[in-house]
Amino acid sequence: MFGRIFALVLKEFLALLKDKRTRLVLIGPPLIQLMVFGYAATFDLKNVPYAVYNEDRGSAARELFADFDGATSFTPVAQITHESEIAPLVDGKQVLMVIHAGSNFSAELAAGRPAPLQVIVDGRNSNTAMLAINDASVIVDRFNTAWAQSHGGAAAPAHIEMRAWFNPNLESRWFFLPGIVGILTLLLTMLVTALSVAREREQGTFDQLLVTPLRPVEILIGKTLPGFLIGMAEASLIMLAAVFWFKVPLLGSLLTLYTGIALFLLSGVGVGLMISSFAATQQQGLLGAFIFMVPAIILSGFATPIRNMPVLVQDITLLNPMRYFLLVLRGVFLEGMPFHLLIPQFWPMALIGVTAFGIAGWLFRHRMY
Amino acid sequence: MMTHGDRNRSERAGSSRMRLRGLIRKEFLQIVRDPSSIAIAFLMPIFLLLLFGYGVSLDSEHIPLALVVEQPNSDTADFTAEFDHSKYFVTSYYASTRDAEQAMMAGRVNAIVVLRRDFASTLRRSDGAPVQLIVNGVDANTGRIISGYVRGAWGSWLAHSAQKRGEVLRVPVQMEQRVWFNSELRSRNFLVPGLVAVIMTLIGALLTAMVMSREWERGTMEALLVTPLSMREVIIGKLLPYFILGMGGLVLAVGMSLFLFEVPLRGSLWVLFAASALFLVTALSMGLLISTVARSQFVAGLIALIATFLPAFLLSGFIFDIGSMPAVVQAITHIVAARYYVAILQTVFLAGNVWGVILPNALALAALAAVFLGLTWRNARKRLE
Repeated sequence: MFGRIFALVLKEFLALLKDKRTRLVLIGPPLIQLMVFGYAATFDLKNVPYAVYNEDRGSAARELFADFDGATSFTPVAQITHESEIAPLVDGKQVLMVIHAGSNFSAELAAGRPAPLQVIVDGRNSNTAMLAINDASVIVDRFNTAWAQSHGGAAAPAHIEMRAWFNPNLESRWFFLPGIVGILTLLLTMLVTALSVAREREQGTFDQLLVTPLRPVEILIGKTLPGFLIGMAEASLIMLAAVFWFKVPLLGSLLTLYTGIALFLLSGVGVGLMISSFAATQQQGLLGAFIFMVPAIILSGFATPIRNMPVLVQDITLLNPMRYFLLVLRGVFLEGMPFHLLIPQFWPMALIGVTAFGIAGWLFRHRMY
Repeated sequence: MMTHGDRNRSERAGSSRMRLRGLIRKEFLQIVRDPSSIAIAFLMPIFLLLLFGYGVSLDSEHIPLALVVEQPNSDTADFTAEFDHSKYFVTSYYASTRDAEQAMMAGRVNAIVVLRRDFASTLRRSDGAPVQLIVNGVDANTGRIISGYVRGAWGSWLAHSAQKRGEVLRVPVQMEQRVWFNSELRSRNFLVPGLVAVIMTLIGALLTAMVMSREWERGTMEALLVTPLSMREVIIGKLLPYFILGMGGLVLAVGMSLFLFEVPLRGSLWVLFAASALFLVTALSMGLLISTVARSQFVAGLIALIATFLPAFLLSGFIFDIGSMPAVVQAITHIVAARYYVAILQTVFLAGNVWGVILPNALALAALAAVFLGLTWRNARKRLE
């Protein structure tokens, strides 16, 4: 039995790796994608272009604008002198933000009256807009505290001291990189498995496989192992890059991490084979891979929190192995979660995997054309 | 000479039109007989947009927040009331910081606000009472949003308590924010147009990615090329039927954005459709290029999986701000067609017909389409030799 399985696994590897283009497609892109996406996926604003609209001649306004100038989130790109200039700049996306101090800004401030500072933000991407407002209000708050101290005003009766656990500088890259490890692993397993059975069906070699002494279980194992092994190798490679290149902290144990990866690969390969054995043609296999992969990524909590989804959609995500895998990755990487706290994420992945394998094995026999 | 050439050309044009009609008819028949492309064009946008339009949101509300009040009194009650009444938080009270920290470890709350024992007494001191805020920083974006909301609640507590004392709150500089185009900061308004772009990228590529590679694989492409059909005609004949199909899906997607998800349309409908048509041509051309470059359906499928969805999702500016990416990555985003379409969609939907945004992006789309088609044409010819 092992000899037969070994022969099949060998054949699968050869089928995958003997073609130069396939080899290229399987090995090159994941690393390139990690680099590109790793840098692309961040919510930390950098160099947000803004316009200065300062009608005030006093030094206070100058000081405040200097604070904005010094912040890494913002870069001044325009000075304007009239209100009519605002709309073209914002509409044309030349600036994301316009900061306006009126002509009596410094005078009001010196007189101890509240001086208004207008901030106009392009809301076309409301998340970016909200982050820009947050960053701006932190700068204004800091200015206010300094002003109150140096001008003898009363400080606010209470102030907020913030600490962030697991990610003290709130770097969103730390949040997204483990997610990208998950996404690329899923993509790879889909690449290796989703078309594997469909291609053999379309070319007619699957029927031949079925009349060999191989039992469906053995075919299943033979079809699973290449995806599993390639996924394991590439996931390790991607994680090495995440840790050593992007310097994402890896606090938890490797054993916990690899348990998660193994279970996720099991579910991913299972679903891929299920899709593949359901498809009669490669075109259908590709379609199925997309129909699974796209929601699996978008509804995994990768970029938008699952908590924000309506209850019905939240329930649907329970079927999504990515959802559990992301929790495992982030938990182990950033929080150093121990094994036993992650068991609630482990067993659903195992269940999804086993179910998918069952269906795939059944389809091997019962879906003939 | 002139008349002769003209007649010749018109004759050629006439027969070309006929050949083209024949090819398009054949493609249409193929589409109708294999319903999977019709499913891709019409069912996929409905299914995906329904799922994502409802599922994808960055509006954090009802964030679970732990409050630890070490010594409750009227001062702390005033403070915590701001959190209890905020729509952004669902508060729960814990007896000690340790309990609250355990709740955060277990993921039951996302942040902790601690009012220490001496809150009331330090309030009256000159440097003020410290309020401790601990956030779970794993999701840095949510962490930042939470800190913004906590700041907001704190600010309104300051204003209320000043009012109570009969004073006016004296803040040196008061920031007044105005958000244009989306004053409620409703994330769906920019996510839904972005999703339309991502979905149409998928559909465009899926529709055509397998088309030519299937013909190459089965050897029917050679057969097609020995007919009088020119390469140009073959490409048009392949594009046009899928273009019509894709436009159908696009109309559905735009209709759902407007009527189901109530994204306001401030620009004009015809600009929206013109830009969409242009984008669809680009997406379909990319699919054609993929299927010409790949020698087999298998490789075409692999490339389509890699080159379409993730770049459109991560590099288009749909969620992640392109301006905040490093310069090299920003340069790479220029070959992602979805980037230009996302910019146009968000502008036409939320801002209006701003030609300064629409024209450059439309030009870039047209240029990309031309490049893709040119490469397809060259590759297809080369493979015959």
